[in-house]
Order: sequence, then structure tokens, then C-alpha cells
Amino acid sequence: MNPERQKKAPIYDALERFRKLHVVPFDVPGHKRGRGNPELVRFLGQQCVGIDVNSMKPLDNLCHPVSIIKEAEELAADAFGAAHSFLMVGGTTSAVQAMVLSACKAGDKIILPRNVHKSAINALVLCGATPVYIDPKVDVELGIPLGMEVQDVKKAMEDNPDAKAVLVNNPTYYGICSDLRTIVKLAHEHNMLALVDEAHGTHFYFSEELPCSAMEAGADMASVSMHKSGGSLTQSSLLLLGPEMNPGYVGQIINLTQTTSASYLLMSSLDLSRRNLALRGKESFEKVARMAQYARDEINEIGGYYAYGKELINGGSVYDFDVTKLAVLTNKIGLAGIEVYDLLRDEYDIQMEFGDISNILAYISIGDSLLDIERLVGALSDIRRLYAKPKKDLFTAEYISPVVATTPQQAFYAEKTRVPINECAGHICGESVMCYPPGIPILAPGEVITKDIIDYIQYAKEKGCSMQGPESDDISYLNVLKKGSF
Amino acid sequence: MEFWFEELHTDNVKLSIRVDAQLFSGESEYQRIDVFRSPEFGKFLCSNGSVIFSEADEFVYDEMIVHVPMSVHPGVKKVLVIGGGDGGVARELSYYDEIEEIDVVEEDQLFIDVCKEWFPDNACGLDDPRVKIYNENGLRFLRSRHDQYDLIINDCTDPLGHTAGMFTKEFYGNCFGALHEDGIMVYQHGSPFFDEDEESCRAMHRKAFRSFPINRVYQAHIPTCPAGCWLFGFASKKYHPLKDFNGKRWNARNIKTWYYTTHLHRGAFMLPRYVEDLLSEEENKI
Repeated sequence: MNPERQKKAPIYDALERFRKLHVVPFDVPGHKRGRGNPELVRFLGQQCVGIDVNSMKPLDNLCHPVSIIKEAEELAADAFGAAHSFLMVGGTTSAVQAMVLSACKAGDKIILPRNVHKSAINALVLCGATPVYIDPKVDVELGIPLGMEVQDVKKAMEDNPDAKAVLVNNPTYYGICSDLRTIVKLAHEHNMLALVDEAHGTHFYFSEELPCSAMEAGADMASVSMHKSGGSLTQSSLLLLGPEMNPGYVGQIINLTQTTSASYLLMSSLDLSRRNLALRGKESFEKVARMAQYARDEINEIGGYYAYGKELINGGSVYDFDVTKLAVLTNKIGLAGIEVYDLLRDEYDIQMEFGDISNILAYISIGDSLLDIERLVGALSDIRRLYAKPKKDLFTAEYISPVVATTPQQAFYAEKTRVPINECAGHICGESVMCYPPGIPILAPGEVITKDIIDYIQYAKEKGCSMQGPESDDISYLNVLKKGSF
Repeated sequence: MEFWFEELHTDNVKLSIRVDAQLFSGESEYQRIDVFRSPEFGKFLCSNGSVIFSEADEFVYDEMIVHVPMSVHPGVKKVLVIGGGDGGVARELSYYDEIEEIDVVEEDQLFIDVCKEWFPDNACGLDDPRVKIYNENGLRFLRSRHDQYDLIINDCTDPLGHTAGMFTKEFYGNCFGALHEDGIMVYQHGSPFFDEDEESCRAMHRKAFRSFPINRVYQAHIPTCPAGCWLFGFASKKYHPLKDFNGKRWNARNIKTWYYTTHLHRGAFMLPRYVEDLLSEEENKI
């Protein structure tokens, strides 16, 4: 990274110059710097609507960058140690889809962990690739999915030498990291691309104390949610490329689905956030890590809660841990994570990132202060005092290897019919069934429904797990593929 | 030459005080602190541009927040003051011989230093040998205290600034836990008059009302507060602020006051209709 160069923010500078020109707008957007929508101006502010403008010569064009956006992308690549970068305005979902679509065509195989984000599964529906799933191990006590173990990845590659790519979730929502360096090395040895969904790992690029980042590990592509830990506006993201990728081709893939009216609010937020991270990221994330550690220590001091950290590291399914993540196991005070999540919001005015059956997760970032951490810890202590109950039975999650009968794309477009759940064995599933905890799909579109799976769904339901995905809320029936429809 | 200090009480109303001189300005990790000298209010201290207290009217709330609970609880030995780095509350507490310990938790050392320098008549309260000052966050301090205090006084004033954590359900809950089984908590309850203040006033009552079996609100007239009107909360595990009030015992102490009297004690709990209404609306919310 070139620190002197990183002080520039070309999109921000161009917008500042543009504002002072007072150009008469006979182009879109039709609100014309807000004049046509005074209510919106009152709500968002003149500064904000004033730079909500369209692509034009002094402001470049995201679909084919040649000036300021090109420079902003070069600066982002430099800041993240990538060979090339793309500013993304369709969320990290669009970045993940661009990775998958760039790596695979219809009929190609891609290796992924079973607990992959739905944006990746949706990308398979778009491109027609076939998934090869790897079992993410589950921590039974915490009820959370972990990372991929190297031996499992290796076996999947040896069993599927024709696979085009492997996709890694790193870190997971809960901060769990896989052995990225080894997985990338294996992928390249097998002539596969290494893709990394790094939605929760923007900060890895700006601290030596944190786990290895995708570009550092030599990955070919990585999707980075700048709007999560990076501080940019919601929906803005980055796609990073390694040296072996062809940016021209990836750019074409992105333009298949990307808007032709990219928002300058989003792009300038990426530009300024990148500059801020490059100049001040290191100290910011050291502060975030210290705050998260303080919170962990204080929460563990209350008793009953378990805020976990680096002690989970086991060399395999938990190769490393992101200490800026603050996940707390709550079920030992007899409350589900989601119950604590609701109490915090409804009774204490504290909004958590999410609550699952056993855990809550607080997203600690560069915008937090110790005063707010004290509120969270104080609230958790008060919740234990007022609401703790005897502990309930544990649900033990098991991994059932999926049998992929057809691609998610074929299953998505096939004709379907409703079948009662207990008669589903032998049918091919037309929808996704996800079970929380541990947040790993039981069925994805195109997979064979077996007796074991039906038994597991019944068991998970009895234990109070939340089942999500299917049309039928109580999973009394599933939509399956009509015989001969694919 | 005219110098005026101005504070917006709402977007459309402001308080102006003519000032003779600015005596201090400084910034800590938590707030910007300014001290001015004025012909009408004497010296006054501001936090982030809002008046916190003035020499002319500090006696009103220092007396009201101390003598009201002290004339109800029959045996206060240990008191916790959250905030209160100016020492005014500790000064009023120091008039009671039966009190053995006064813990003052003030996170901002700068606030204490400024008060010691410019408001010695308040800060002298901190020199009482029974006072122990803790330089830490109030919520953090409370978490580790259980069943230790007879009286907790929350002297923080701003529900939206750096002391926002002291106006929350977890704060009231942690206070409940830190009090003995007959303990009392009193707290600043804000001003009910302007729309913006009304909402935080309601929120405070909503949270505190559900945290303690007995919860009453009382009022005082404080010129530098928004609309001149200020409320206090009285939350208690056992003693009722009127039924268990012992005016005779208090009068026998011969404490010199300028605002509080035992007659006023009863009157302070008689609230205007609109305040009664907004409080009962919050009490009846599910």
C-alpha cells in the first residue's frame, strides 16, 4: 500500500468540484438536486440530494470506468493488496454473484461449505453450476457452524477434479475462520479458483493482529462488505481480484446484472471509507478489538453468559477467530438468543445484529464507544437478574450429506407439486429448508429428500428449532419436483 | 459591549444569559465544559453548551434531590451518588450525622477539577471524610454492587448525552440490585413541558416505573431548566414518599435550607394535570 497515494479520494474530490460548478441539470435524476422533491431534501439534507447525480463526463461511469472511478478502484486495489478492484453498488450479494458467475458456467462444479450465504446459492440458480457441498463442522455447545477443515476440502477436490472453483466463507458471521492459505494452495494445485466470501472480514486487511485476509492468502477473488465493518453506506461493497484473474471478463459479468445508474452516494462512501481505512484503519480496528475484548471479559464476569473468543481455536474447523466479533451464548440462563435479542430491543432500546436459538451477536465497529458497551453489559446483567430460567435441553445438530440430483437452476425452473412432509422421501426438493440452529441448510433446491432428512426435520421442530425457507410455515408439506419435469 | 450566552431549549425557544466573562473552557473524553460569570446567575457551568447548574439556583435541586428521600428513609447509612462530581449533593448529605459512607461515582475527572476550582461552595461537599470518589463509569460500578446501599442518587442530567446510560432500564435495574431491601433511588427526571423533553421524560418513567414497586414523581422550579420546570423521580422498594414521610423528625434536625421545607415536601408530589396524565399514560402501557 502506498500511504501517500491513499490520501486521495478521487470520487469525493470530483463531486466537491462538481457541486461548485452549479451545472444546470437537463439530465436525470428528475428531482434536479432536490428542487423537485422538497420533502426529500428536508429529510435527507441538501448536501445529500445535491450529489445524487447521474454519470457524466467529469464524474465517470461505473459501467466503464476511465477516470475518477477507475482511479478510485485502483486505490481500493492498492489499499486491499489486490491486483484489481471493482466498486459494487448492489450489495455484497452482487459481489458474491459476480465471483460465482465469473468462475462457473452451466454444468460446471463448484465446491462450497454447506452454510454458504443464500447469495451464492442464488448465483447457482443464475448460472446453472452444480454445487459440491462440504460439511462445516458444528460446535455442539454453541450450536454454530464452524469453518471447513482442510482434509474435507482436499477430499472434495480429489473426488471432483473437474470442479472449477472452491468458495470459502471467511470469517463466518460468528468470526470463525478456516485455514485460508492452505485451502487456496490446494485449489491452485487442483487448477481451481479460490473465491472468498469475506463479507464479514473487511477489517482483516488493516491489522496484523487479525486473521489472514483473502488477498494475503493468495485468493483469486474476494467479496468485501465495506458497509459492514468498513464504514461505507449500506449496499456498497467491493470485489477484489488476484493477479491471475482477467478484470475485463469479470467486468463484463458484473455488467450483466449491475445498474447503469450507479449511485454516487454509494460510490463516494466507498471512496471515503477506503481512504479512512487506509489512513486510520489500523488504529481503529485495534480499538474495536480492545472494546470487544473488554465486553467479552465483562460479560463473562456477569455469570451465566459465555462470550467466546480465541479459546475456540482448534487448528481445524476453527483455524482462527476474529476477535472483533462479539457473540454471546445465552442458553445457560435458560433464554434463547432470540429471546435475549428481543428483550434487548424492546426493554432496553439496544439493537443487536441478530439472535439465534443459543446466541446473540453484537456488531462492534469503528462507530462504537465504551459507553455503549457499558449499556450492553449492564442490560445483559439486568436481563439475567430479571428473566433467567432453568436451562433447557440441548438440541444436537447432525450433518446429513446432501444428495444433489439436479442443479439448483433446473430445480428452480422445474414444475413442482405439493407433497405432505411424511410422503416426501424419494422426491427431489424444489425449495430450501434451513434449520436454526445451527443455520445450515437441510435441503437446497435439487436435492433428494430422504427418510433420514424427514426424521431430522421432525426432531428439530420438536426441539423448537426455527425452520425457514419453505412456503409452508410449519413444514407440513414441501414443494417437490414433478417427475420427468427436468 | 454585550456578551450573551445562549442555549436552545427547543429549536424555537432559547434561554439567554448575559455574561461578564468566560472563566474556563476545556474538553474531556466525555464533554466540553465551559464556565461563565454572569450578573444574574453568578457563575454557571455548561456541558456541551447546556447549563448544568448556576450558583444562583443549584440549591434548588441539590436540596430537593437529597432532603426528600432523607426525610422518608428512617436510617440511611450508606449512599451512592452517580454523577455529582460538583459536590453539591454530597454537601447536602454531609448535614446528616447518621450517614457513614458517601460513594460518589463521577466518570469525568475534568468535571471534578473544574468544579473544585470554580465552585468551591459546592465542591466542599467532596471534602467530607465520609466521601469516597470513584472515577469510573456508573453502570460498570453498579454491576458489581449488590445489596449495599440505603440510598442511590442519580445526579446525571442529560438523557441523550454521555450520561445516556444512566437513564435506561438496565441502570434502574442495576440500582435496584445495589440497594438494600428497603432502599430508595432518586433521579433527575427532566422537564415535562416542551415536546422534545416530554418524550424522554415519558421514557424515563416507563422504565423506572416498572423497575421498582413504589414510584412517584415530584417537581421543583429551577430557573435555568427548560421552561423553568424540573421533575425528579422517587423509586423505592419499601418506603412511600408521603405515607412514610416524617416531617417532624426532619425539622428536629435543624438543617438550614433555602428551598426545601416539610410543607413543600408534600406539595412537590402534587403535579399539574398534564404531568399526571402523561405519567399515568406510561404506567398503563403494556
